[in-house]
Amino acid sequence: MPPPDQAALAAAPRFAAALREALGPAGVITDPVALRPYESDGLTAYRQVPLAVALPRSTAEVAAALRIAHESGIKVVPRGSGTSLSGGALPLADGLLLGLGKLNRILEIDLPNRCAVVQPGVTNLAISHAVAADGYYYAPDPSSQIACSIGGNVAENSGGVHCLKYGLTTNNLLGLEIVLITGEVLRIGGRHLDAGLYDILGLMTGSEGLLGVVTEVTVRLLKKPETARAMMAGFASSEAAGAAVAAIIGAGIIPAGMEMMDRPAIHAAEDFVHAGYPLEAEALLIVELDGPKVEVDDLIARVGAIVASHGGSGLRVSESEAERLTIWAGRKAAFPAVGRISPDYYCMDGTIPRGRLPEVLRRMTQLSAQYGLRVANVFHAGDGNLHPLILYDANKPGELEAAEAFGSDILRLCVEVGGVLTGEHGVGVEKRDLMPTMFGEVDLNQQQRVKCAFDADLLLNPGKVFPTLRRCAELGAMHVRGGQLPHPDLPRF
Amino acid sequence: MQVLNPTTEAELGEMVAAAHAADAPLEIAGQGSKADWGRAVALPTRLCLAGLAGIRDYAPAELVLTAGAGTSLRDIRRAVASEGQHLAFEPPDLGPLFGKAPDDSTIGGVIATNLSGSRRPFAGAARDFFLGFRAVNGRGELFKAGGKVVKNVTGYDLPKLLAGSFGTLGAMAEVTLKIVPAPETSLSLVLIGQDLVAAQAAMTAALGSNADPTGAVYLPDGMAGHHPSLAGHVGAGSATVLRLEGSAASIAYRRGELERICAGPSMYLDHHESTAFWIECGALQALLPMRDAAIWLLSVPPAGGADVVLALRRLLPDCRYMMDWGGGRIWLAVPGTAPDAHGSAIRGVLVDGGHATLIRAGQQQRGGDHVFQPEAPIDLLRRLRRSFDPKCLFNRGRLHSEL
Ligand SMILES: Cc1cc2nc3c(=O)[nH]c(=O)nc-3n(C[C@H](O)[C@H](O)[C@@H](O)COP(=O)(O)OP(=O)(O)OC[C@H]3O[C@@H](n4cnc5c(N)ncnc54)[C@H](O)[C@@H]3O)c2cc1C
Ligand SMILES: Cc1cc2nc3c(=O)[nH]c(=O)nc-3n(C[C@H](O)[C@H](O)[C@H](O)COP(=O)(O)OP(=O)(O)OC[C@H]3O[C@@H](n4cnc5c(N)ncnc54)[C@H](O)[C@@H]3O)c2cc1C
Repeated sequence: MPPPDQAALAAAPRFAAALREALGPAGVITDPVALRPYESDGLTAYRQVPLAVALPRSTAEVAAALRIAHESGIKVVPRGSGTSLSGGALPLADGLLLGLGKLNRILEIDLPNRCAVVQPGVTNLAISHAVAADGYYYAPDPSSQIACSIGGNVAENSGGVHCLKYGLTTNNLLGLEIVLITGEVLRIGGRHLDAGLYDILGLMTGSEGLLGVVTEVTVRLLKKPETARAMMAGFASSEAAGAAVAAIIGAGIIPAGMEMMDRPAIHAAEDFVHAGYPLEAEALLIVELDGPKVEVDDLIARVGAIVASHGGSGLRVSESEAERLTIWAGRKAAFPAVGRISPDYYCMDGTIPRGRLPEVLRRMTQLSAQYGLRVANVFHAGDGNLHPLILYDANKPGELEAAEAFGSDILRLCVEVGGVLTGEHGVGVEKRDLMPTMFGEVDLNQQQRVKCAFDADLLLNPGKVFPTLRRCAELGAMHVRGGQLPHPDLPRF
Repeated sequence: MQVLNPTTEAELGEMVAAAHAADAPLEIAGQGSKADWGRAVALPTRLCLAGLAGIRDYAPAELVLTAGAGTSLRDIRRAVASEGQHLAFEPPDLGPLFGKAPDDSTIGGVIATNLSGSRRPFAGAARDFFLGFRAVNGRGELFKAGGKVVKNVTGYDLPKLLAGSFGTLGAMAEVTLKIVPAPETSLSLVLIGQDLVAAQAAMTAALGSNADPTGAVYLPDGMAGHHPSLAGHVGAGSATVLRLEGSAASIAYRRGELERICAGPSMYLDHHESTAFWIECGALQALLPMRDAAIWLLSVPPAGGADVVLALRRLLPDCRYMMDWGGGRIWLAVPGTAPDAHGSAIRGVLVDGGHATLIRAGQQQRGGDHVFQPEAPIDLLRRLRRSFDPKCLFNRGRLHSEL
């Protein structure tokens, strides 16, 4: 992060007073001790105490806070529940942290239109809970769903184990209320589908808090499947497991979830939850199928046959809801399980074309040896989204830096084989400096010009996503390449 | 009119850079045969992208296909069908509605209009299957966004923004799409003779049931008979058609669920008939006889579709309609020569949200800013537009007088 802006620091008392006037004394925190809890999000390696925290209780208060910040030239970092794994909600020393946690009401449940209107601080799981009795749910299910907010999900375009079949956040939204940095309030979409013109809803989703603050979300609700069954099998190699995954999709089956774990992850999870995972296997495949019972039973048989013919062993199929949950227990607890075998771990999130998995795992093993750090892999196998967990000890000098360098190498490898830097966790501060491995200068400039259309003074969440902050005026200039156009024979004007 | 036909990305970039230098607006076209869309504004030069054609990479097991934006939809359909896959958003063929040959869209045109068919509420729109692209912006710069894998959140989701932007943000050279397995088989239940309100109730109940339909359309009295696949079954009566797709075992079960909800006279279309029906439906078979009417496309909250139609019928007694998306999409044919094709009256009805787009109308009815109904303030849209195309060269004035 760049050094704090001295003018902002000097203006802080006046700024805080203006905020207090708009939000009331309980809505603004400036006491250094009370600011502490906000110093980091889920990426705890980065910490920074903000200039102040504002906790608005309504859209009007969000608009007021943003207007005051805009007028005072103070930067703003939005925050939901602070579970980001990419440092997206990392505060700025010279910036306001805008906490949306008090906007935590479910405003309306509209079952005939199969949607719910909620405030941004409502947790992901709370939405599904609110409609469970009626047989509905909200499909995207990040593992952090008890804690993470729907506003944060929108900002990160979060996924979950079920997004292979049901899509990411962006595929499950109908409408948003957004406040721009100027305090202007926009309402986009609603209970109908698709935009009348430019898809601002789609652009906002995954924009990591850089374009506007989400103050209301209309989500699609789905009917809960009648049945869900899970199966698991061990494989002697990741190649064999990967081939089984390709064959399942090749057979025209899109499972509700399809997850893979490698040997270190299997061991960590089994030691932790005793789910009966095969300790001799190099790879574990978990497949869940959902839908009407007849369909699920049929698919379980077909997937089971494919798994067996690709060398899957110890096939176990859930016969009850309890068994299904046991099969998932180890996968769902993979992060804390790894946390038990190592003082610290660093969770990565690249996506690769699935066919390149064996090669990527092989090179990751080499990198692991090179850096002297262990790595355990959990993998959304259906869509190629890798979560390597790098094990390290922050108390050993140099290990954090080594883990970060190892992580960057893994992400570069993902891009090299045709994949991307992040499948669901976002760029944030963490992967910001890797953006040029995937995008050229022209690509990044175009993205930053989009930012300028929303926030010309670059006050919203600056320092995230883009490696270099380019002023909007600077981006307006044209690059003339040698002042000459090649191919003079082409038709022109 | 001058027509430019780039055959490489580099040529495309140079042509746009030259247009930028000369301040010359460009009409961006796929096939280049359809100049009728949007506001009636004539531009002197057409940039036709059909030459940037060809499937570059198709990995069925990765569910990903990359092709030149000028590739015909027909070629893409054929390639993915040979692997048992399909474009789940079911792009409709609107050629016949415009008196053109069927089936000659380019994939770039499909994406740029975000045109999706009857499966949209259940599977997603074109935008949901649009993973990445390479395009030239209005400065003549070639840029890319998104990626070539099915799950990606790296950087802004510019593919969403380009989908449905009608060529005003970038001239796409290459697109990457998510392709998914096609359903094994299908079956459609036709409820015969329901009135609008009963049909809405049946569709809303079906969409909220475990029957899990992937199509729900209502063709009122006199309209259903225009469908060859229904003629002889429904006479002059109406048809409510609900589609089930999946494995035979699954459909056998879900059909029972549908029958529990839906009473009254009915019949089934088997896989073959059902496939034919939904293609006709996408091509708006029922509206084709209304040759001179203005055609509006409305998107509304689905359960309120019938109420919107009732209000429209009170205002415009001559209008004809069909409802798709379980009530969420209304196609409206409005006869007459009103200068705004009754746009303000139609939008006045959308009190519960939604939008209306004028899809087809005579030149004189497409002059004003009523053709599209943007949801965000126009000054934000203008800033966005300028961030890609600072001189507003691409399709200048076609969406809106200020864009
Ligand atoms: C509001 C509306 C109006 C329509 N009007 C007509 C019509 O008048 N006649 C008709 O036959 N069909 C029309 N359609 C149907 C639709 O245009 C076609 O079905 C589309 O898929 C045809 O593809 P095309 O390649 O012929 O594109 P075109 O009809 O040439 O272009 C359609 C749109 O896509 C843009 N576009 C095309 N290719 C690219 C590209 N590579 N990069 C960026 N933008 C691109 C164009 O600028 C234009 O805005 C309309 C659809 C809508 C939603
Ligand atoms: C144990 C664990 C497991 C996880 N599992 C998954 C997983 O399976 N899948 C997955 O995708 N992610 C996962 N995550 C990551 C994280 O939970 C998601 O990114 C989540 O969406 C963040 O939500 P939040 O409310 O905590 O947002 P925060 O961390 O508070 O903020 C995240 C970003 O969103 C912005 N933001 C937050 N609220 C708003 C708003 N209202 N308006 C505008 N911008 C806003 C912030 O500025 C920041 O850039 C996991 C995290 C943890 C700790």
